[in-house]
Amino acid sequence: MSASHAHSDHGHGHGHDEVPGAPHVSFGGYAVGFILSVILTAIPFWLVMNNVIASANLTAFVILGFAAVQIVVHMIFFLHLNSKAEEGWTLLALIFTLVLVVILLAGSLWVMHHLNTNMMPMSVHDMSNMP
Amino acid sequence: MANAHAIATHGADGRPLFHDAKGEHHAANGTLLGFWLYLMSDCLIFACLFATYGVLGRNYAGGPTGAELFDLPLVALNTAMLLFSSITYGFAMIAMQRRKKAPVLIWLAITALFGLSFVGIELSEFAHLIHEGASPQRSGFLTSFFALVGTHGLHVSFGIVWLTVLMIQVGKLGLTLENQRRLLCLSMFWHFLDVVWIGVFTFVYLMGVLP
Repeated sequence: MSASHAHSDHGHGHGHDEVPGAPHVSFGGYAVGFILSVILTAIPFWLVMNNVIASANLTAFVILGFAAVQIVVHMIFFLHLNSKAEEGWTLLALIFTLVLVVILLAGSLWVMHHLNTNMMPMSVHDMSNMP
Repeated sequence: MANAHAIATHGADGRPLFHDAKGEHHAANGTLLGFWLYLMSDCLIFACLFATYGVLGRNYAGGPTGAELFDLPLVALNTAMLLFSSITYGFAMIAMQRRKKAPVLIWLAITALFGLSFVGIELSEFAHLIHEGASPQRSGFLTSFFALVGTHGLHVSFGIVWLTVLMIQVGKLGLTLENQRRLLCLSMFWHFLDVVWIGVFTFVYLMGVLP
């Protein structure tokens, strides 16, 4: 037990009262993240509530873009993500998760959309005879 | 991996044992990375719920639609609550970095209040929807809506419980190394929920009212 204590005390060069690997935070970082978030939230709400863009599809596309940018802002300024934290494993885990999320979302929507399109249309009579 | 610093000895059963004498392969911070991996798995749960909503979100079954139900000013207010709670948690982290216990507790308390207002507004919204007959069993759209938004709300609620427990811990034991580590984990959890909410208000509420 005492041996392992000696190891952890001498093993790394951090002070004893700081969690190793803890991000250094600053008021400026949080302030920039907050202001950017407010702007990136306000614009999509304004676009939708005032019907600024006539095409619904284009509006959806634009607000999804704003959401993606805001997620990156949160990741950098609030979650303190960078390529060096934990020797890059944090970022690698995130990239792997994003790949899975894209497959999951795009795959589900694609398959179910085609299923809906290619199914035989059901009449009211069919529906009422369903088990 | 061949390592000049590793000392090989043999255990009682004859198998070699390797000791990492210089501590070079000791993870710098196992807890924070481990918690991040948990958040990534949580992210997949939300991705499944988003996919479900994406598939069922327009299946109204003759019932009310998102355009009829969603009250965007209320959603904007809720978004503001969560965003304010994010920045106040950031202030608590700055105070923790300066080892100032009282400001940490004050900022955590303010964060908890913003979190509680978020959950309160969401619960009143749910109550209003159910009162109007737009309950989860009404249509596929409403089932997936309540599943996704409800799961997020549950996460925030448990985050508030965690926050309260940590406030008691910090109050009793001070900003010890363990409490700092816990506050750092909760910081990731809290900001992660804000990231998920960006997806919710964009994909569910804003896109839900589009024709």
